[in-house]
Amino acid sequence: MKTLQILGPGCANCVRLANNVEAAATQLGMEFTMEKVTDFQAIVLAGVMKTPALVVDGQVKLYGRVPSVEEIKTILA
Amino acid sequence: MAIQISNATDVKDGSQKKAPQESALRSAVLIGAGIVVWWMIYHRLSAVADWFAFTILHCSPASRLGSAIQFMVFETPKVLMLLLLVVFGVGIVRSFFTPQHTRAILAGTRESMGNVLAALLGVVTPFCSCSAVPLFIGFVTTGVPLGVTFSFLIAAPMINEVALVLLFGLFGWRVAGIYAGTGLLIAMIAGWTIGRLKMERYVEPWVYAAQMGDSAEQEQLSWAERIHLGREAVRDIVGKVWPYVIAGIAVGAGIHGYVPQNFMAHIMGKGAWWSVPLAVLIGVPMYSNAAGIIPIVQALLQKGAALGTVLAFMMSVIGLSFPETIILRKVLRPQLIAAFVGVVTVGILIVGYLFNFLM
Repeated sequence: MKTLQILGPGCANCVRLANNVEAAATQLGMEFTMEKVTDFQAIVLAGVMKTPALVVDGQVKLYGRVPSVEEIKTILA
Repeated sequence: MAIQISNATDVKDGSQKKAPQESALRSAVLIGAGIVVWWMIYHRLSAVADWFAFTILHCSPASRLGSAIQFMVFETPKVLMLLLLVVFGVGIVRSFFTPQHTRAILAGTRESMGNVLAALLGVVTPFCSCSAVPLFIGFVTTGVPLGVTFSFLIAAPMINEVALVLLFGLFGWRVAGIYAGTGLLIAMIAGWTIGRLKMERYVEPWVYAAQMGDSAEQEQLSWAERIHLGREAVRDIVGKVWPYVIAGIAVGAGIHGYVPQNFMAHIMGKGAWWSVPLAVLIGVPMYSNAAGIIPIVQALLQKGAALGTVLAFMMSVIGLSFPETIILRKVLRPQLIAAFVGVVTVGILIVGYLFNFLM
């Protein structure tokens, strides 16, 4: 089961990334938990300087942009 | 043809190399063709607008309606086309710069040189308001001086490509250049001033205690990915901004056609010494994207508003945003936020007065 985290303070891009990631994960039929991390200390600790960011099982997979659902699927797979 | 010849000798992995090479070449050809088509349309826009307003609709060039319609039909596609091209290009340029790169360049620089670099990098490094906090923390905890970080934070939102495109499209390259140049100067000098004020103790203590994690992996981007980023930028930015551009141009067209020539001279003209501080006072609390404000400002300028007043207004609206100050409250104590807003405001006032005086 994969742990997905969306890092960002909650602006429009963060919301879009969360939606796209959820759609992608659901379409892939994988088991996952998703949480939104808005605490800046945690974001900084992850080494992220440009939100939003996607973290999969503790590893930062992308940051600073909102890719399409298709692209997220290739990242998650 | 060249690709096919070279692949003939690489039989084994020819099939794997072929796809990215072909698609990169195809993209380049498409982009080249696109630019040619763009140019062909672009330099005919004025003629088409004249034809539409004066021939098709039978308006007289001297009439208010005719003049407003011509303005609208000319400026709308012209500005949108410029935006498309520049946002795409800047999107690609930005793909070469990451906050990590910028931070590495700025870490450990001395004050003055650092301020100059930071302001310049602020223009090309991708930045959005919600990234202000992680970026700020990332910078100050890795040896970038406080003042240098501020130079970056001032330049980044103020000198953005949408503002520059609109200024260029509606006012010409001189005004766009003045805006960019004075904006950079303000960023450099204000940042340097804040550094001199030695206000490090007004940064929230937890910031300096925070540990920045190792930078996330740097993706080495291929050209195809960079072009994709450019297209994404167009979709995101132009897609979000175009209604404001059209609305702004429509208002501008109305002012252009219907407001008497020197109407604005009285309240926004050079003679009114209080026009600059008033413009800044109104502008600072306002938060708007450049797209909505600039077309309106263009028409005001034509009706007698002074250039310095108008510049000051634009910089206050675009450069200082309330949402960003509120976000920065998480890492800066109020005194430092006040110093930040204060120093930048003074800089803007000086620019405003200077240009009213010079022009």
